[in-house]
Amino acid sequence: MPAMRQIGVPVMAIVLFLAFWEWLVWINGWPNYKMASPSDIWPAFWQYRGLFLLYGWETLWRTVAGLALAVVVGTGLGMIMGFSRIVRDGLYPILVGFNAVPKATVVPIIALMFVGQHDMNTILIAFLISFFPIAVSVSIGLSTLEPEYRDILRSLGASRFTIFRKIALPKTLPEFFGALKVAVTLAFIGTNLMEIVEPHGKGLGHLFDSGKINSDYPLMFAVLIALAFLGIVLYYIVVFLERTFAGWAERAET
Amino acid sequence: MTAPAQIELRHVTHAYRTAAGPLPVLDDLSMTIAHNGFCAVVGPSGCGKSTLTRLVAGLMRPDAGDVVLSGHPVTSPRANVGMAFQNPVLLEWRTILDNVLLPLEIVANRMDKAERRDRAMSLLSLVGLEGFENKRPSELSGGMRQRASLCRALVHRPEVLVLDEPFGALDAFTREDLWQIMHELRAEEAFTCLLITHDLREAVFLADQVIVFSGRPAHAQYVQEVDLPKERTLEDLYSPTASDMLHELRHQISVAQGRDGPGNAGKGAVV
Repeated sequence: MPAMRQIGVPVMAIVLFLAFWEWLVWINGWPNYKMASPSDIWPAFWQYRGLFLLYGWETLWRTVAGLALAVVVGTGLGMIMGFSRIVRDGLYPILVGFNAVPKATVVPIIALMFVGQHDMNTILIAFLISFFPIAVSVSIGLSTLEPEYRDILRSLGASRFTIFRKIALPKTLPEFFGALKVAVTLAFIGTNLMEIVEPHGKGLGHLFDSGKINSDYPLMFAVLIALAFLGIVLYYIVVFLERTFAGWAERAET
Repeated sequence: MTAPAQIELRHVTHAYRTAAGPLPVLDDLSMTIAHNGFCAVVGPSGCGKSTLTRLVAGLMRPDAGDVVLSGHPVTSPRANVGMAFQNPVLLEWRTILDNVLLPLEIVANRMDKAERRDRAMSLLSLVGLEGFENKRPSELSGGMRQRASLCRALVHRPEVLVLDEPFGALDAFTREDLWQIMHELRAEEAFTCLLITHDLREAVFLADQVIVFSGRPAHAQYVQEVDLPKERTLEDLYSPTASDMLHELRHQISVAQGRDGPGNAGKGAVV
């Protein structure tokens, strides 16, 4: 029964959504350059299925690589800021500034900096756009640790590292995973930004761009659906990891 | 097992450095808690009672004066102290049993895994938490969490138990249950206890000695030896001896708050 609810209900919702979409296009008589309907999109998928697999894989692995970099750097920065007030006060304005710069403007700069290194450029943008929430939430998680937690262990003579490993690290995990869910979608935006703004013949962004150039509107919509699908897959992988490593933070249903 | 310590504070003075200049919290505080003794400290809010717990636990050092445990000056945290606070601060990702075992993972000891478990389980059954050892803290009530926190404070057989308002956030009846449990723990375990509290009945019910702190900066304004039998029931709190003690302590608190002169006991302290 719970499996029915966890899988059946979302699938049902998707089916209803697609039906509503189809109906909306049909009732308004929209041509496919204004709004493609699900029945236009499927043939586009099928026609380019080989390209979707190839480009989807390129987008996926580069997004995951950027995300992995964001996790490592974001967690590191968050830890430093969480433990040292001085570093936090010093770094925050810089990080906020970094985050405030629209990444679309950074794309050409990165592309010029590392001409021709498309994979690295794309990973770099995915990383730049997604490390901020991770750094902030890890630093907040660590700096809001109640002093009593530390005192319990410190009064026993525990080292700073022991306190970090036994208390601070596990206690920050729920915040970390919350940020990772945001970072997953951001990283996708970063990857596609690079693929669309500086097309280099790789990834779903390139497929989108060629759809635009050839006025193949159903293809453009199909790319959007493919991106949404990849985003959902990655998001639920994070949810699965969260349940495994920080499931204790989830309250039982009452 | 080590013997419970004697706690001695000699002319302890301490101030916190704040943006508005030094904030003196303790002023020439001297007090002694006997081996295996139970001392309750009461006083107005913000009078430096929590500072006292941090000094005794070795988490900080006073500006002047000495904190001495069984003849050895306290200069850094030592494993022979157990602490419990108003907030039980259990680790939500661990079971109750694993929470209680935490100090044994830090403090050097010769117990093997089974011995540690037995030690924790015997404490848990003493406080009535048998059968809850595999639950998470979020599944327990406030009173039960606080009992688990007491077990954690005692599992490594500390010489000194420092309690900073551990029952302050509980409802009146749960609090009384925990007072009884404190007596049971004291009958089974050997430790010298420093209890910080706002509750005068709690102080009289649990302690051998109640010290009233003056307002900030604090010194020991008044010391009350509690002449009640060692085995106490809640009934004893309604005896004339207890009433007189509570009355005098209430008066001393008013004096500490600066609301009453020193000689007005029995004339209706203003609250």
